[in-house]
Amino acid sequence: MTETKKVDIVGRGNVEGANLFRDWFAELTEAAKNNQGAAYVFVMGSMAELLKTFDFPLVFPEITALQTAVRRVADEYLTVAEDYGYSPDICGYVKADLGVHLREREHPMGKIPKPALTVLTNACNTYVKWAEIWERMYGIPLFVLDVPATRQAGGQFQPGSSDFARDCKYVEAQIRELITLCENTTGKKFDIDRLRETLSYANDMNTGWKRVLELNKSKPSLFNALTDGTAYLGVSNNFRGTKEGSQFFKNLVEEMEYKAANGIGTQTEEKYRLAFVGVPCYPIFRRFSEMFTEWGGAFVHSTYLHFASGGANMGFEYDVNRPIESLAEGALISIRDAMDSMFHHDRMIINMVKDYELDGVVYHPIKSCRTVSTGLADGRRAMMAATDTPSLFIESDMMDKRVVSEAQMKNRADAFFEGLASRRLTAAKTA
Amino acid sequence: MAYAAGVDVGSTQTKAIIINEDKEIVGRSLIDTGANVVLAAENAYNEALRNSNVEEEEVEYVIGTGYGRYRVTFGNTQVTEISCHARGASHMFPNTKTVLDMGGQDTKAIRVSPTGEVLDFCMNDKCAAGTGRFLGAAAAALDIPLNELGHVAMQSERPVKISTTCTVFAESEVLSWLGKGKKIEDILWGVHLSIASRSVGLLRRVGIEDELTFTGGVTKNAGVIKALEQAIGLKLNISDDSHYIGALGAALFALDHIIASRAPSSAKETA
Repeated sequence: MTETKKVDIVGRGNVEGANLFRDWFAELTEAAKNNQGAAYVFVMGSMAELLKTFDFPLVFPEITALQTAVRRVADEYLTVAEDYGYSPDICGYVKADLGVHLREREHPMGKIPKPALTVLTNACNTYVKWAEIWERMYGIPLFVLDVPATRQAGGQFQPGSSDFARDCKYVEAQIRELITLCENTTGKKFDIDRLRETLSYANDMNTGWKRVLELNKSKPSLFNALTDGTAYLGVSNNFRGTKEGSQFFKNLVEEMEYKAANGIGTQTEEKYRLAFVGVPCYPIFRRFSEMFTEWGGAFVHSTYLHFASGGANMGFEYDVNRPIESLAEGALISIRDAMDSMFHHDRMIINMVKDYELDGVVYHPIKSCRTVSTGLADGRRAMMAATDTPSLFIESDMMDKRVVSEAQMKNRADAFFEGLASRRLTAAKTA
Repeated sequence: MAYAAGVDVGSTQTKAIIINEDKEIVGRSLIDTGANVVLAAENAYNEALRNSNVEEEEVEYVIGTGYGRYRVTFGNTQVTEISCHARGASHMFPNTKTVLDMGGQDTKAIRVSPTGEVLDFCMNDKCAAGTGRFLGAAAAALDIPLNELGHVAMQSERPVKISTTCTVFAESEVLSWLGKGKKIEDILWGVHLSIASRSVGLLRRVGIEDELTFTGGVTKNAGVIKALEQAIGLKLNISDDSHYIGALGAALFALDHIIASRAPSSAKETA
């Protein structure tokens, strides 16, 4: 491989991801300027493949909310919502988003268009209460896609079984209702060939995402699952079912395969391979990662890259010859996995310890999200019992700087690495 | 004879320990941390030197620990107080399997290996309930000196239930019980039971195994010891130097460095 290619390809995903992210906000700002209504959707089951066929600009309020934290202005929006009467204990995403709406949808990255409709799933139990706020504020239709979840840990219905077929039919019937709602909202006729096109692009993204995650089994790891991974995740959501998204993931796979083949790691020294479980600490996004990288800790995987991609990690490939039925199957398999990544992650992490050769697992419960945080203690106990892998439980929030204590978090991270170092030393002495 | 030192800069008090090559404590000091953390570390260290009759040049390695560990500007390196309490407790009580450290602003439950390594730990989070500060708030509300708190509390016959988990609100809850005519000792014992309950919660997260060594400034409070022993059903390991165990652990780590520096180069690489 030539030096020129190395310069061109290494880090390309981050550059292209940042450009696409700016494009997304520019599109939203343009839509707001033209008073075009957007579809408000969520990362766990956006149904972007279908909504794109009706030319809806897509607003992901989770992403616009977290961007206020990354840009260190979340407190302004949270305060607006709390002054309005919302409790400090309510989901930080909801409050930051409400703050954006109470400020006439002015956002640090642009202007957010008004909603024309909102589509949500049951993957997060806050989604419906959140969407009801817009329903009240703007009088828009609210569509809930109810996805049958895993009934018991490790007990998913698989393709080929009659239970799975029944669940698919249930999701498919709802998708057909959503098509009617979109037709009524936009006045446009549903175009099944356009759906075939978006599904095809989504196939490239799904298979690309799965491949990228698998490639990080490389030693050294190719990307930081917490920081780089979250940037890739943004494209996975915002450009789902688009030509740009498809090309991004083709390029990303090429970049990661190149790095793997040439042993190019993401950091200069990879002493400990770690997995991250939960939602990132966006108020100190970079600093949080540095607390680990400065000890030689590399995040090689994260459950966030599963559930916040809506289960795209499953690599589901739609059958474009039967698009609606296949969209239902894909939604069922992917969104169900997204839920399992939050509620039944113990087995996933246990496998990850072996497959990714992990030295430790970092659990990050967050104050204002019960959905993600509740089962972390159970998952951690199960993982520790099964693998004897050291883990760290480090608590903060995804949005609210008031409950993020950097000094305390660093103290815990430092102690965690001291333990890892001591453990390695003892193992070397007894070897 | 070479010496090693540990300086534990806590939120309330700063402790320094000097040990010799036989791991014996030869000097110690304890001062209030105050606003100038750098100065507190220096003063505590100098006081420990005086207390030990050891010259500064004889101390080959110094480790800082505690929240102010990066402000121990004369130290050679830093180690967290979590690792230091585990190491110090295991040295002082070799059968230690669990450590509970209760300091001014946080409480730590630590599960340790037979060699004093941290296997797991858990701390109170962004809240001082269940720490020394919680006792301080109650002492202030009732106008009782901190060092008498435990003894007064243990006179209780009918303790009240302190339900708040907030140190600030604890004061108002204490005052509300006073307003209802409850006895001071019953209110105070309720405070002690509340602290014990929160500590036991942390301990259960890492797993309680005998022997359990209690460390930190709150070890001076006989009421907390009694409440903890009742709640856990175990006799706690405590010594007159329990307050210094973090600094002792730091000094022991410092001694490791001194010994490693004398080892042949091949051995150093694994140290």
